[in-house]
Amino acid sequence: MSLTEGDPIELRVTPDRYVTVRYAGASGDFNPIHIDEEFAVSVGLPGRILHGLWSMAQVARAATDAAGGDPTALRGLSVQFRGMGRMEQEIVISGEVKSVAEGVATAKLEAVQADSRLIRNAVAELRAG
Amino acid sequence: MPVPTEQIGKTYAPVVYAVGREKVREYAAAVGESNVLYYDKEAARVAGYADVLAPPMFVVVYCSAAFMTALFDPELQIDFAHLVHGAQQFRWEHPVVAGDEITTTLTVKEIAERAGLRFDTFETVSVNQRGQTTCVGTWSTIIRGEDEG
Repeated sequence: MSLTEGDPIELRVTPDRYVTVRYAGASGDFNPIHIDEEFAVSVGLPGRILHGLWSMAQVARAATDAAGGDPTALRGLSVQFRGMGRMEQEIVISGEVKSVAEGVATAKLEAVQADSRLIRNAVAELRAG
Repeated sequence: MPVPTEQIGKTYAPVVYAVGREKVREYAAAVGESNVLYYDKEAARVAGYADVLAPPMFVVVYCSAAFMTALFDPELQIDFAHLVHGAQQFRWEHPVVAGDEITTTLTVKEIAERAGLRFDTFETVSVNQRGQTTCVGTWSTIIRGEDEG
């Protein structure tokens, strides 16, 4: 599958209530702000929040899916973390292939949940085809 | 807040991570991946891999111990209560499959203060048991000043 300039990328995902618990176990990141409601509130958060790197993994998935599902097509990914992600609310990852040069497609993406931008200025480099 | 710039350039002892098949499956499921290459050994073999393929972002699993060692290094004087993950970059080279042993070395690249915030940047370089680089990561954290809550 080849990528060309202007190709849109979109992935919608709604994290379920316990996704941070599974991700904590899978990743080894047991920071209580992600898994303990009481603790999260005690440090001024609205409640348990998503792991930023889980959200980044959704951006990576959106990019590799756009490249036809070959995980090795993803050569690079950089992101900036911003808003706090919550459970049980849809996240929309969207972006576009901005350029294709020397076999590498460069896409810009972001991840937005309601009016909160969880990830901005994401840049993915993908083998173009 | 402390800004121990003399720690820039510090490199920690390499950390070895053995990639297990069930761990790859567990991680893939936790991030919602459905690609059969992450779950089915035979499908992975047909595609040319020795065992199930790890998703690209599995890098955070095999780098985790190296990153935690730096964050908990008392010489870096990191204030956890005000620490946020600001940005992240990965560059992938060789794919990782179950059965690989990945050695990760972390270096402190930057410690700086700007506008009352402390910015730290760490670099991880991960290589497999054949000496091939699997991924280079750039981890950027921000520590807020205490008066800003």
